Amino acid sequence: MVAFSLPQNSKVDAGKIWPAPHKGELREFRIYRWSPDDHHNPRLDTYYVDLRSCGPMVLDALIKIKNEQDATLTFRRSCREGICGSCAMNIDGTNTLACVKAIEDVKGPVKIYPLPHMPVVKDLVPDMTNFYAQHRSIEPWLKTTTPTPEAEWKQSRPDRAKLDGLYECILCACCSTSCPSYWWNGERYLGPAVLLQAYRWLIDSRDEATGERLDNLEDPFRLYRCHTIMNCAKACPKHLNPAKAIAELKKMMIERRL
Amino acid sequence: MAETHTAKRPLSPHLQIYRPMLTMMMSIMHRITGSALYFGIILLVWWLTAAAISADYFAIMQAFFGHWFGKLVLFGFTWALLHHMLGGLRHLLWDTGHGFKLSTIEWLARLNLASSIILTLVLWLGVYWVRGTL
Repeated sequence: MVAFSLPQNSKVDAGKIWPAPHKGELREFRIYRWSPDDHHNPRLDTYYVDLRSCGPMVLDALIKIKNEQDATLTFRRSCREGICGSCAMNIDGTNTLACVKAIEDVKGPVKIYPLPHMPVVKDLVPDMTNFYAQHRSIEPWLKTTTPTPEAEWKQSRPDRAKLDGLYECILCACCSTSCPSYWWNGERYLGPAVLLQAYRWLIDSRDEATGERLDNLEDPFRLYRCHTIMNCAKACPKHLNPAKAIAELKKMMIERRL
Repeated sequence: MAETHTAKRPLSPHLQIYRPMLTMMMSIMHRITGSALYFGIILLVWWLTAAAISADYFAIMQAFFGHWFGKLVLFGFTWALLHHMLGGLRHLLWDTGHGFKLSTIEWLARLNLASSIILTLVLWLGVYWVRGTL
């Protein structure tokens, strides 16, 4: 459902201003905080970080804050090099990975929120249950009917090349949670990330479940809530283009009727 | 334990915090102009119906569209029509699977907005040039 404003329990209050270090090249960070334990609304806390003793990326600053100022600050991170997708969050108004977003690319205070329109588990950690269930629903694995070959399923170089620009997706959900259609209809619309994955399996030359996969997407909500708003393509930290993948899916839907 | 917290989990901010971008704004404008066209077409049908009913009724409608406010509504309708039509062409291009490069979507959004304004002005100036009045 379309609800432009936040529910009462989700409105963000002014937060605490944490004491700044006494010297150094200070940079202001405003970070969304919410804990299930203190029974308060979410708030925006302000921290100051000395950039001279901090790494270049937003994730470096988050880790520094957690280590030196506030151990309760909660966020997901793992690889710190843009391959795991754990530290996806909203930085300076757009979704990206904190580990590949340079602090110097942000003008003014660095504002950090969890991925948009998601249930918050704590601070910058969203509940991804629905997103993963949707990914599961498109059956993201090779489906075949012919007997399994003795060695591998073979694929020509041109067929393999069709997967470029798709297989690199790390399922960070930056694109899906940037999409207004996904905000309003996330329960029923699969969203850009999952649809890109659906396309990845559909055009795999080794997959033999094309009809079944397309049937599963033939639905006013699951696929057709995409209105080419393009936030997904702009947000993707891996520079993939879910909007184009969705357009190709819509084309496949028409082509199979001709 | 997890269940006890699920119900009261807050929803993270969305529209409130997402950076407004031209492509996103053009998408919502496409929808707004599309809705505006519904009402614009009602005015057109009303005008035609008035002409079919009586000369007096038609004169009333003519007076409305001759009023500065009526003209403002018509000017807005012209822009909504052109903006929505050009937006439709943009969507048609996307439906063929083309025009998805990041630089292209930006360029298309600007072209759509600029063309809709220029075409509206050209159309109204054309009417003024032909009729000598608006």
